[in-house]
Amino acid sequence: MLEIAQVTKAFADGAGVNHTALEQVELSIGEHEIVSLVGTSGCGKSTLLRLVSGLEKPSGGRVLLQGRSVTGPSPAVGMVFQEPRLMPWLIVAENIRLALLDLPRQEQEYRIAEVLEKVGLSGFARALPRQLSGGMAQRVAIARALVRRPSVLLLDEPFSALDSFTRLKLQEHLAELWEQERFTLLLVTHDVEEAVLLSDRVVILRGHPGRVHKILDVELPRPRRRTAAEVQGLKEEIISTLDLS
Amino acid sequence: MTVTSLSQREAALHAPRPFGRLVAPHLSGLRAFLLPLGLLLAWQGLSSAGLFPDYLLPAPAAVYGELATLAAKGELVAHIAITFWRVALGFATGALAATLLGALTGYSRTARDYLDPTLQALKAVPSLAWVPLFILWFGIFETSKIALIAVGVFFPVYLNLMSGIQSTDRKLVEVAQVNNLSRIELIRRILIPATLPSYLTGLRSGLALGWMFVIAAELMGASQGLGFLMVDGQMTGRPAIIIGALLLFAVAGKLSDALIAAVGRSLTAWQDGFASSQERANA
Ligand SMILES: Nc1ncnc2c1ncn2[C@@H]1O[C@H](COP(=O)(O)OP(=O)(O)OP(=O)(O)O)[C@@H](O)[C@H]1O
Ligand SMILES: [Mg+2]
Repeated sequence: MLEIAQVTKAFADGAGVNHTALEQVELSIGEHEIVSLVGTSGCGKSTLLRLVSGLEKPSGGRVLLQGRSVTGPSPAVGMVFQEPRLMPWLIVAENIRLALLDLPRQEQEYRIAEVLEKVGLSGFARALPRQLSGGMAQRVAIARALVRRPSVLLLDEPFSALDSFTRLKLQEHLAELWEQERFTLLLVTHDVEEAVLLSDRVVILRGHPGRVHKILDVELPRPRRRTAAEVQGLKEEIISTLDLS
Repeated sequence: MTVTSLSQREAALHAPRPFGRLVAPHLSGLRAFLLPLGLLLAWQGLSSAGLFPDYLLPAPAAVYGELATLAAKGELVAHIAITFWRVALGFATGALAATLLGALTGYSRTARDYLDPTLQALKAVPSLAWVPLFILWFGIFETSKIALIAVGVFFPVYLNLMSGIQSTDRKLVEVAQVNNLSRIELIRRILIPATLPSYLTGLRSGLALGWMFVIAAELMGASQGLGFLMVDGQMTGRPAIIIGALLLFAVAGKLSDALIAAVGRSLTAWQDGFASSQERANA
């Protein structure tokens, strides 16, 4: 359902020189699939996500969603950035409403209540972002992306700034949300264990410019246990692949 | 998940504010009066002891006496009123023009390319240098004074608004993009609130300059107003009048600034800066 075909992305720096961030990336993602992107810092993971979200346009190649070329952001694609990016002047409910402004008011209210329930923050609709913990703020950001009921959800290291306990909780929570909603999920992460636990496939990007180095299938039944030997084995394999670069 | 611990925090969120927090602002407000009051007492004491010659620095009581006499004749209120009126009109004119132009150049790259260099060049002209031209154009009465005040108010408001809009966090603007916000919604829900703190700073600096230029305008030629009162005191050798007018300027400036600051605080209550951490420590 999501095709990334021969995508290249170059950025012009101040002096007008082009720096290639991604080169000839080829990736095809099926409906309801969970795909993780891992790779060293600066290899273009965020850039790839931004290309899929329509925030950036490819310099070469195409991004196709349901067979149609992505030309800009659309409600079918939800995006959660590395930081929560909540408006500090808007209460939680109003932050979520930002994703719903073209819907009738009643529908907005209904969906806000529903999604807050889903992420376990029903009592915080009227809280300001500064009153939330880091994990709660990130859950509001996820709620804002989910409330549109997107068919594709893009997460850019959503839990990397959180302590490990909160991270474990939110990983479980994300798996639960996926069971309910069955969105196609493209997840950038630094956490190899997270990638193995959650995804159907792990895509390893490498190099400058970044290219797809390897794609690993994770054919383990869900729910997966962190401590399972297969999980740890795959984790080792991915880490050793990353180390080679 | 984690529902029990959350419901406790939630309860805290809706709990009534502790009593201490309601009282504390009033107490800390009183603190502000201690220094001026002390200075006043010291001044009166030293004057009574005969330390200052009367014709240079009269005692507070003498200043109060002069002001009271003027007030009894009904002149004082008229002077204050006309000065306030000039500042208000000049401030409104300058701030309005600055808001329109600053919003335009802050939001639109094209408008900025066309307009901003010229405005920056005009800013380089010291505002008082406009006086001869304004008097020539508008005469020596009200219009030229208001125009001068408006020019003084214009630049800080304009600059703060423009730079405030431009420095709006790109990351927040991207949230608007991924959510397909319309232009109007982007301005209403993101750009305006993000810009408000710096706009308020601009308004406050503008107002301060407004008070500065109203004195300049009134010193240069007026038959009424606090600035005129000072010139009059100088001509007739009455330092008490000059000092009285000075004190009135201080009070008026402070009050009008406090008004903007209070409106601003209520609009930017979401801010989470050093001040709010002090508030929490006090509560
Ligand atoms: N807007 C931009 N302008 C210029 N160069 C950019 C821009 N965005 C990204 N780059 C460059 O593209 C490359 C990839 O950046 P990207 O943010 O996608 O990396 P990443 O894999 O997400 O890294 P990290 O894991 O640290 O988040 C980097 O070399 C970066 O300098
Ligand atoms: Mg990144």
